[in-house]
Amino acid sequence: MTHDSNVPYIGRATSRVDGPLKVTGGAKYAAEYAAPGLLHGYVVSGAIAKGRITSIDVSDAMTVPGVVDVLTHEHRARTAWLSYNYQDMIGPPGKPFRPLYDDKIQYSGQPVALVVAESFEASRAAAALVRVSYKSEEHITDLEAVKGQSYVPPKRRSGIAPPPKPRGDADDAFDAAPVKVKQQYRVPVEHHNPMEPFATTVVREQDGGLTIYDKTQGSQNNQAYICSIFGLSKDKVRVVNAFMGGGFGSGLRPAYQLYLAVLASQTLERSVRVALTRDQMFTFSYRPETIQTVSLGAEPSGKLTAIRHHAVAGTSHFEDHQEVVVNWSGLLYDCKNAKLTYELAKIDTHTPADMRAPGAVLGVFAIESAMDELAYEVGVDPVELRLLNYAEKDENDDKEFTSKALKACFKEGAERFGWSRRSPEPRSMRDGRELIGWGMATGVWEAQLMDTQARVTIHLDGTLEVASATSDIGTGTYTVMAMTGADMFGLPLEKVRVKLGDSSLPTAPVEGGSWAAASTCSAIKLACQALTKDLLEHARALADSPLKRARPEDVVARDGRLFLRDAPGTGVAIQDILRSAKLDELSAKGEAKPDSKVQKTHSSYTHSAIFCEVRVDEQLGVVRVARIVNAVAAGKIINPKTARSQILGGVVMALGSALEEETFSDHALGRFMNHNLAEYHMPVHADIKDIDVIFVDEQDELTNELGVKGLGEIGIVGTGAAIANAVFHATGARIRSLPITVDKLIDSPAFTAEP
Amino acid sequence: MNRYTFTQAVDADGAVREKIGADVRFIAGGTNLIDLMKYNVERPDRVVDITKLPMRDIAEAPHGGLRLGALVTNAVCAYDTRIAERYPLLREAILSGASPQLRNAATTGGNLLQRTRCYYFYDVDTPCNKRQPGSGCPAIGGLNRIHAILGTSEHCIATNPSDMNVAMAALGATVNVRGTSGERAIPILDFHRLPDDKPEVDTNLRGDELITSVDLPDEAFATHYTYLKLRDRASYAFALVSVAAALRMEGGTIAEARIALGGVAHKPWRRPEVEALLKGAKPGLQTFSKVADALLEGSRPQSQNAYKIQLAHRAIIRALTQAADGTPQSVADKAIL
Repeated sequence: MTHDSNVPYIGRATSRVDGPLKVTGGAKYAAEYAAPGLLHGYVVSGAIAKGRITSIDVSDAMTVPGVVDVLTHEHRARTAWLSYNYQDMIGPPGKPFRPLYDDKIQYSGQPVALVVAESFEASRAAAALVRVSYKSEEHITDLEAVKGQSYVPPKRRSGIAPPPKPRGDADDAFDAAPVKVKQQYRVPVEHHNPMEPFATTVVREQDGGLTIYDKTQGSQNNQAYICSIFGLSKDKVRVVNAFMGGGFGSGLRPAYQLYLAVLASQTLERSVRVALTRDQMFTFSYRPETIQTVSLGAEPSGKLTAIRHHAVAGTSHFEDHQEVVVNWSGLLYDCKNAKLTYELAKIDTHTPADMRAPGAVLGVFAIESAMDELAYEVGVDPVELRLLNYAEKDENDDKEFTSKALKACFKEGAERFGWSRRSPEPRSMRDGRELIGWGMATGVWEAQLMDTQARVTIHLDGTLEVASATSDIGTGTYTVMAMTGADMFGLPLEKVRVKLGDSSLPTAPVEGGSWAAASTCSAIKLACQALTKDLLEHARALADSPLKRARPEDVVARDGRLFLRDAPGTGVAIQDILRSAKLDELSAKGEAKPDSKVQKTHSSYTHSAIFCEVRVDEQLGVVRVARIVNAVAAGKIINPKTARSQILGGVVMALGSALEEETFSDHALGRFMNHNLAEYHMPVHADIKDIDVIFVDEQDELTNELGVKGLGEIGIVGTGAAIANAVFHATGARIRSLPITVDKLIDSPAFTAEP
Repeated sequence: MNRYTFTQAVDADGAVREKIGADVRFIAGGTNLIDLMKYNVERPDRVVDITKLPMRDIAEAPHGGLRLGALVTNAVCAYDTRIAERYPLLREAILSGASPQLRNAATTGGNLLQRTRCYYFYDVDTPCNKRQPGSGCPAIGGLNRIHAILGTSEHCIATNPSDMNVAMAALGATVNVRGTSGERAIPILDFHRLPDDKPEVDTNLRGDELITSVDLPDEAFATHYTYLKLRDRASYAFALVSVAAALRMEGGTIAEARIALGGVAHKPWRRPEVEALLKGAKPGLQTFSKVADALLEGSRPQSQNAYKIQLAHRAIIRALTQAADGTPQSVADKAIL
């Protein structure tokens, strides 16, 4: 297909530029890089939840042919002593976990040794022969048991807004309210379980430098982490994460195999790979369990008079992991009285971590379930109730919204779904033995822009390279970066090369928070503008230059030419500009930064309205989600194709959270027990029926350069509540503890008795 | 996974001879054994590959019915036209389990020996009487949402996870085995055991014996049958409760009934004396409910799985209804009928 450079890519459904590499196996992942004499490390995981290691006997392990060494806290290279040196950009306040640091056991599954061998098989065989003895201490992993000792985190986590100051008097208003809803909601521990397990390949280069192929969402975060711990300079450590098989937040912080692989490489002065097993994927980051109480006071009309939302979340003994859980309740609804509180309680596990829409998945499930309960209480349609309490401004921070097309989401979503045909009574719709339930909810997530740099380079052969150290965790970053560069220079996509996933590229934050597309593409736009300006300067220096008197704002680059916007015939071939300047290429940088002036007066969020139909067998309690309509307001959509995929993925993950996902902990042993993909249930193809994604029109001139808001998380937010609300509508049973599994429905008194 | 020696058997007698002495495991599809070896649950000294043995045929059995070679894969069995026509119950049960990739590798003999999915059994850093006799059973009082309600012991509350086994139990299959002292035929109901005080022993297969084939009896219940499987997601999950129901109808009356339950015990659960209650009865909710009561008599819930009693009760009624109506559950539907 020939490219018409007058028709921009942005806004057009575009297939992934990295798609062919992925489907042909050409895309290499962290554990797929080879090196001469590569050693293989296998992690030995600890068996107890708390205590001390009394001895580690490696004698049998060392007899396995091919085994080179077994690293333990007693036998390893020296590393930084202070926990401060183990901090990373994303970590919460506290003392980060230091693998193989000392004899202390802080959680079950903690790495206690690394067997290093000439082959993976030898390292695995020997790992089973490492005998670790422990002295156990009393542990507590049950949040329920410690929720009474919850506390407000004394130090807030950078980038995480604490709950806003109370407005009005929510306690008095709730007491006086003619209609009250007060309920407790629970979301269990969930694990991210991306397809690609964590792995690191450390390659020792001839010059003594390390090239580290790592599964991470942020190459520069992990580069800084390794340099700090091992006392290495940044020019000797390059972290590459060109491709990532899913992250969902699990790769925001450095995972422990990175540290172990570098430790082994530094100890043995060899190239080393360490790949975690699927079981070991359950031995670090996870979504924290939360116990939430929502109290809503309302007029009989449904108008809210009081919102209280209190959450207690689990965290480790060594760090105060924090998320935005309760703020959403005060943000979504217009209410004079709101009191939002968020506390932590410590358990003997690893520190939880951000998992897709951290905090929002939890808090929005609670508030959107409570709003549904209120809708039945006052007899108002759930959509109408939300419109009645619609927040026209951000009452948490007393700011305007840069844009908020949520009403359009309600309208278009409801129309597509056929919401007007809903019969409001629970258990009033059925098809044979199946009860039909229709539920809805609102979703919300921050639209952020993070400080990000990009470099663009135009080459003599007419190709453009766009580069930034950001990551593509499977979301389509390569493609939107290419589309932005192509549009700015009026080139076909095939002429644009993308470089990302490399710590040596221009500075970019970790990929997370739904900010990558907005931030990176804004930086590319700025870099392209700078490059155009530089090209113009060279062009003006040409003899008889037709652009002699042109100003940067007068010219555009397109189809390999730089010409006057108003007189396209007047211009110069970029090739000629480079040639006469004796350049093979010309680069320029751009840096996108949040606009602090806008931020003083405005808040920026993405919104969604989710409509869901479930079908529940009236005797057997088997729930299936027949269809979901998710209408999203996310500003400008760069690539409708990958954007839709993002929402589909979010919806599927929400379905898992609502109906299937839970990491079971044996609190007597202090250990997660269903640590594999057979027993930790996530949706399979057969669970997924119709998912319809709508992007409503939302113009936003303020949120950033491009009016783009980001889509990585919004698909999962609120969708769980829509499913739970649909289950209530179908069955009359309100299950407030996720996931809604058959045992909970069968045990619910509201669920039907036998025929 | 430990280091082991690997040999390939060329005939059944040779395979049986290989199995004497050291800690030996036969391997065919390896869909369960390899996982268990990776988890260090199984640490054999020697692994004997039996995939070259001539046990891949499906043939007419000597006394009617069909004989399935032990190496017939689950996929070949399920998609064999004779099985589909004559034993649709077995076909549906097999297709309700695992994934196409696993069914392509898993064999009839291996599926009979599939081990439990108890979380503790798979995690060598925890106690488990089945894995390490005498170490204890943390599932009792621990995580037991997926565990047994029938035939449990104070030592073990694990379940048999197979779907195929449940259908074979309902059909009344016979397992043919060969050992150093010759051949014998074990009725399917005597093949698997309850845990009692030896939970480490799943079956009555002797140490030196090799499963060679399975005979399916002539009576196939090809019209009034169903395999109803209830689980935590629509596919690729082990049964919380499953019911294989097979009826022979004469006019509007039940002439013969078979009901086997999966997901509730250490073996497929059948009680022929309860099935006899249906002989001569007309299908009906009350009758089915009584049968369900009788089948579940003696069930003992653990701390997290009382729901299974209620769920199994309802599932039995639904399955008998489906069987009687001649409207079997189909895995293709991805929904309960």
